[in-house]
Amino acid sequence: MEAFIKQTGRAVVIPNDSINTDIILPKQFLKNILKTGFGKHLFYDWRYQDDGSLNTEFELNKLEHAGASILITGNNFGSGSSREHAVWALTDYGFRAVIGGSFSDIFYMNATKNGLLPIVLSEEERTILRQIRADESVTIDLPEQVVHFRQYHFHFDINQQWKEKFISGEDDIDVTMKYEDQITIFEHNRPNFG
Amino acid sequence: MSKTLFDKIWEKHVITGEVGEAQLIYVDLHLIHEVTSPQPFEGLRSSHRGLRRPDLTFATMDHNVPTKDIFNVQDQMSRLQMATLEKNTKEFGVPLASIGDDKQGIVHVVGPERGLTQPAKVIVCGDSHTATHGAFGAIAFGIGTSEVEHVMATQTIWQVKPKTMGIKIIGQLPKNIYAKDIIMGIIAKHGVSFGTGYAIEFYGEVIEQLSMASRMTICNMSIEAGSKTGMVRPDQVTFDYIKGREFAPKHFEEAKVYWQEFYTDDESAFDKQIVFDVTNLKPMVTWGTNPGMTTPVDQVLPEISNDNDRVAYDYIGLKPGIKVRDVPLDYIFIGSCTNSRYEDLEIAANIMKGHHLADNITAWIVPGSRAIRNKSIKTGIAKIFEDAGCEWREPGCSACLAMNPDKIPSGKHVASTSNRNFVGRQGAGSRTHLASPAMVAAAGIAGHFIDITVETLD
Ligand code: SF4
Repeated sequence: MEAFIKQTGRAVVIPNDSINTDIILPKQFLKNILKTGFGKHLFYDWRYQDDGSLNTEFELNKLEHAGASILITGNNFGSGSSREHAVWALTDYGFRAVIGGSFSDIFYMNATKNGLLPIVLSEEERTILRQIRADESVTIDLPEQVVHFRQYHFHFDINQQWKEKFISGEDDIDVTMKYEDQITIFEHNRPNFG
Repeated sequence: MSKTLFDKIWEKHVITGEVGEAQLIYVDLHLIHEVTSPQPFEGLRSSHRGLRRPDLTFATMDHNVPTKDIFNVQDQMSRLQMATLEKNTKEFGVPLASIGDDKQGIVHVVGPERGLTQPAKVIVCGDSHTATHGAFGAIAFGIGTSEVEHVMATQTIWQVKPKTMGIKIIGQLPKNIYAKDIIMGIIAKHGVSFGTGYAIEFYGEVIEQLSMASRMTICNMSIEAGSKTGMVRPDQVTFDYIKGREFAPKHFEEAKVYWQEFYTDDESAFDKQIVFDVTNLKPMVTWGTNPGMTTPVDQVLPEISNDNDRVAYDYIGLKPGIKVRDVPLDYIFIGSCTNSRYEDLEIAANIMKGHHLADNITAWIVPGSRAIRNKSIKTGIAKIFEDAGCEWREPGCSACLAMNPDKIPSGKHVASTSNRNFVGRQGAGSRTHLASPAMVAAAGIAGHFIDITVETLD
């Protein structure tokens, strides 16, 4: 997983509440057996017209937002289906962080596994962030847990372990295998009724 | 200090870590299906890792299965996904219930049915409706694909312990009001995210009197309230259900003694508590595009109170003030891990018995598993559906998510027993109205929703 320490990037605003994983990546794209290539299908129904052409009205498609790496959104982001493909679509597209009012639990965990930093900020803070122009950037400082924008500095919370994992970029399974002896002992002592 | 059911099971599974931080939790049962397993298996292979406990892992096929002609998988990608599961399970030694197999069915239906789902277990699956298994007094939750790989490699998972919420269900359950109405009523009242960050326990007299099938329906939809875990204290109803099933513990009495240790000491142990009275509950029907956009059948569709409502009304092609009974219906769908168990089908069949579908209705009845299908054929309820003019299908997820050929056409309205009425969920442009199996069956006969608590079919 790619480490996340300090990131400066341009942001795009999709302010809707309750953007579920069906919207982020519709189910017809779940049939892939690989982890890559989902970025072109991100927000598929919003991004493309029925005939397959680009919907130029949609924020992501506006030329000035090309290359944005931070998504600013509403409450309850990533609800619905547990598909991690939604996170892969966001990272494959190039997003490194999503700033929202709240996240579904499963989406949040999936994001932490893939180096996509989910940041919860208040409505007032996001109202300020939503003013961002295409030529401005936001800096996310994970060690300090601060989002810097213009003259503003917004603090955000994150679990200490997730934070370390983002910073080190370490693989979860490797971390866990350090506890292998304990897992084995646990396994021996588990209740077993046949 | 008093503890909740959730706390007690959790404590028994912690390998390392402190509360408040990520803790390493042992997984007793890992259920897998074709959609969220190809990448994890590929990950194991590329990092030269094995699958730690194939004996605690079970695979089935459900999401992609065509329910009309099961062996004729037209979609190439679907076929590839299923073939990949076949190949992977063989390579890693995981038992698989493949297409056509006697044990195949929707993952959340076959787990309980085979006796794999048991109290006090930690159960995970790469699917958000895993909370269904919590009905047995297990901690059961959906996980993402990276987590699936992690569980495969280590049989454990890192989790931060959630807070707990007790939902006490009180009152007298009116006739023809079902588990589906209870959970939809709760979500209608409290919204689609009130459970975020909480593990929910449903309890109280009403819950105690419910069958396992009904408890599963309620826990199944916890995720639609934002919670990844819904659970019910294991009791005699639970034990009776498990006893005699394929994977029931051989030392059953000992297991039962152990299971009885798991209950919430007292209500003060919950971080949050909600009381829900069912006495005046009416059959619930969704009008919009999330499960919180729900209204009792005897009322009119609500006013627009925000942008979300406006967008939902646009999509669904309805207006505030319309009576629920006047919502035009084209299809009915009885199926999905929420409501495709034998008991659900039996309730629906009893309503349809001796009637025929209305002219405007196409009906798909999709049992949750092959075992349910076989039993329904044997007891004659399959015949009731067929006589009523319904299509009686093979087991699978079917139109619940329309990842297979079962898609509701664009613009059509479907009364559905599934769990999500999201935009495009049941087919691009499809318009879903969630309700209980009894309500959906009655709607099929009447041609529109009726209030089954006061009306009867002629
Ligand atoms: S029936 Fe529907 S909700 Fe249940 S597992 Fe299948 S697709 Fe998911």
